[in-house]
Amino acid sequence: MAVVAQAEAAAGAGEFWVFILIGALALGSALAMVLMRNSVHAALMLVINFFAIAVLYAVLEAQFLAVVQIIVYAGAIVVLFLFVLMLLGVGGQERFTERIRGQKTAAVLLGLAVFVLIGGAAASPFLGEGAACNVPAEIRAAAAGETCVGLTEANAEGNVRGLGFLLFTDYVWPFEVMSVLLVIAALGAMVLGKREEDPADLVDQGESGVPAPFEPDEGSGDGSSTAGGARRADTDAEEGRS
Amino acid sequence: MIVPIGWYLILAAALFSIGLVGVLVRRNIIIMFMCIELMLNSVNLTLVAFSRMHGNLDGQVLSFFVIVVAAAEVTVGLALIVNLFKLRGTTDADSVDALRA
Repeated sequence: MAVVAQAEAAAGAGEFWVFILIGALALGSALAMVLMRNSVHAALMLVINFFAIAVLYAVLEAQFLAVVQIIVYAGAIVVLFLFVLMLLGVGGQERFTERIRGQKTAAVLLGLAVFVLIGGAAASPFLGEGAACNVPAEIRAAAAGETCVGLTEANAEGNVRGLGFLLFTDYVWPFEVMSVLLVIAALGAMVLGKREEDPADLVDQGESGVPAPFEPDEGSGDGSSTAGGARRADTDAEEGRS
Repeated sequence: MIVPIGWYLILAAALFSIGLVGVLVRRNIIIMFMCIELMLNSVNLTLVAFSRMHGNLDGQVLSFFVIVVAAAEVTVGLALIVNLFKLRGTTDADSVDALRA
């Protein structure tokens, strides 16, 4: 029993230090992203932030989401961002003059107000010892206020299994809508990314600049048909060989 | 060393505010877009933290859906930004003022 308590205490301390270090990393990289002048550096800071959040997911017993976070965000989304940054070739020439006077000060004040209000309102009931999932269950149950249930029971058969079960039972309809959404997004990106169709891009026009109309000359019908026939015979022969 | 769920919520609120300030302060559309991603991520962190708090996985499912929507949004948004760049030759948000009186 003492060994179990010791192990639980060690895990709790581990979560504490991971939270402090990774939380500081997430905050620092987010601030750096906003403050970086070079957009490519900002994108790299965003990668660090996404990795930090993935670690926090793992600590919060959401292993599947931690992996998805790394694959989708750090792997796909940031690569898209970097791709567009490189494609547009913009780096560091952003204007920092304000169009509305005092906009930056107002924005920072608004941000602070949002932080205090959201952070205070959402977090204040969950700051007690009972809301700490890394303390032993007996202490949690005894503490006043909200009690952390923890995912030990929900994750009993594994996090992926639990999530998959929910996705294909309770949330199957939203899941299907998501697939439609992804198809629509892919189509939309294709339509938006398509270049304006200009015949000049598609046809080699030679000197004149106007595509030459197709003119079959005498006897070419015969020749082409025999050529086609010969080709057909060739492929037939190859198929026969193979 | 206790780590109450509230700490995660405070961290998420801080990340959300940083993203909000970034959207309001920066003028480069691509960086504004990255800040929006940051805000989405902070909300995901909140959902996952509450999922652990209440001991069921519904919050993680919603978080998963948010990630999917974010991926779709980035695809379309970046295509729009590329088109805007072709039209204006810049990614400065202040340059998009065709409706300005």
